[in-house]
Amino acid sequence: MDRKLANEEALKRLQDSEPYLVGAGIALDVVPGMKKNLILHAGPPITWDKMCGPMQGAVIGALIYEGMAKDEASARKLAASGEIEFEPNHHHQSVCPMAGIMSASMPVFIMENKKYGNFSYTNMNEGLGKCLRFGAFSDAVVERLHWMTDVMYPLIKEALEMSDGIDWKALVIQSLQMGDDNHNRNRAATALFVKYIGQYLCKVNGDKEKIAKVFEFINGNEHFAINITMAMCKAITDAAHNIPGSTIVTTMSRNGVEFGIRVSGLGDEWFTAPANTPIGLFFPGFTQEDSNPDIGDSCITETTGIGGFAMAAAPAIVQFVGGTYKDAVSYTKEMYEITRAENKNFKIPTFDFRGTPTGIDIVKVLETGILPRINTGMAHKDPGVGQVGAGLVTAPMDCFKKAARYMVEKGLNK
Amino acid sequence: MKRVNDIFGKDLKVLNIGLEQFCIDLKEQDVTAIQMDWRPPSGGDKEAADLLSALLG
Repeated sequence: MDRKLANEEALKRLQDSEPYLVGAGIALDVVPGMKKNLILHAGPPITWDKMCGPMQGAVIGALIYEGMAKDEASARKLAASGEIEFEPNHHHQSVCPMAGIMSASMPVFIMENKKYGNFSYTNMNEGLGKCLRFGAFSDAVVERLHWMTDVMYPLIKEALEMSDGIDWKALVIQSLQMGDDNHNRNRAATALFVKYIGQYLCKVNGDKEKIAKVFEFINGNEHFAINITMAMCKAITDAAHNIPGSTIVTTMSRNGVEFGIRVSGLGDEWFTAPANTPIGLFFPGFTQEDSNPDIGDSCITETTGIGGFAMAAAPAIVQFVGGTYKDAVSYTKEMYEITRAENKNFKIPTFDFRGTPTGIDIVKVLETGILPRINTGMAHKDPGVGQVGAGLVTAPMDCFKKAARYMVEKGLNK
Repeated sequence: MKRVNDIFGKDLKVLNIGLEQFCIDLKEQDVTAIQMDWRPPSGGDKEAADLLSALLG
């Protein structure tokens, strides 16, 4: 297909998708291809021995949570034994933040793209600081995962079953008007989720104290909505994937060692380069030296035209990721240089409701030399520590060069 | 040569391309100056420019 027409189709799908949060389930039961000995991770494919500290830490925690290992040593031994398979979330219609570890018993949210009929999945957010997704695996971390599975998940599942599903695109549209960028500021989206799910949570057949604890947990974690928003983005970008001739980026993701992209017209091929290290603000006691290179599936938000691409909509975010509001405005403006559309759904109030820059085109990246800007959490480089801060980072140029070279060599640009 | 020298007899109005500091310095000296938002094609990366040419055929 002609590149322009192919890109127009991809952009249409990026904007016409209708993603609804339709339910929750256990990964083994609902995530395509999930197995008991399979662990999914963020970013492009990587083997156990090549994984960074926080990803290894999260694998260790997941194996303990699954009851497959009793401690760090036995988990390491099992992970290295070859009995455990590792694959990217993206190969299973899924996305998860930071280390992105999803194992068979974990509860997941289910997103349905009602316009194009595809589904996506994500795990549930644990909060900030010492969390599995940042590589922590202490007893408290594993206990919280069990509480989320045993107590929170059944109540949320039942509440979602009472609803007709949540129009998550509408929720994100609203949260952008309320100061969220929907990557590192999710305060409004989380509040809107609580507001919506609350009417059903109150009706579920469960212990009042447990229901109250679920409210307390979600209210205490202003990032609770990010995983669900990522699933929304995955459902949208998957619908725009596999359009022959299209040069629109449909995946950006990192495994803490490499940054990888996939392009709509180039099938399931990953184009990778060493991940950059974010620069940002640190929690007390941590410095830049502690930060692991860029990690997580969460830049699926930027791929969809929100997150770092919508920072101008979120003045308060600079207090979390660093810089000034002027910087946030200039970052968003710069992203119009490498995208093909101004989103007809996601709008920026401070730009007089201009649509967010949407649809990264590898042609425009190569033309301008401008790289996608991402805001992100930062994990400690060592396993077992957790989050150290949040900051800003760019995708590496080599990913886009490799994609262009592949397209030329395969004759897919004709 | 004379026409070029005429510039220095008038108030300067400067359009700066490239390093922004030149524009900032002029403004600090009360010279009317604006910075043009410009960068070399492909950010000056020849490999990226060559790949782009090959991609676009």
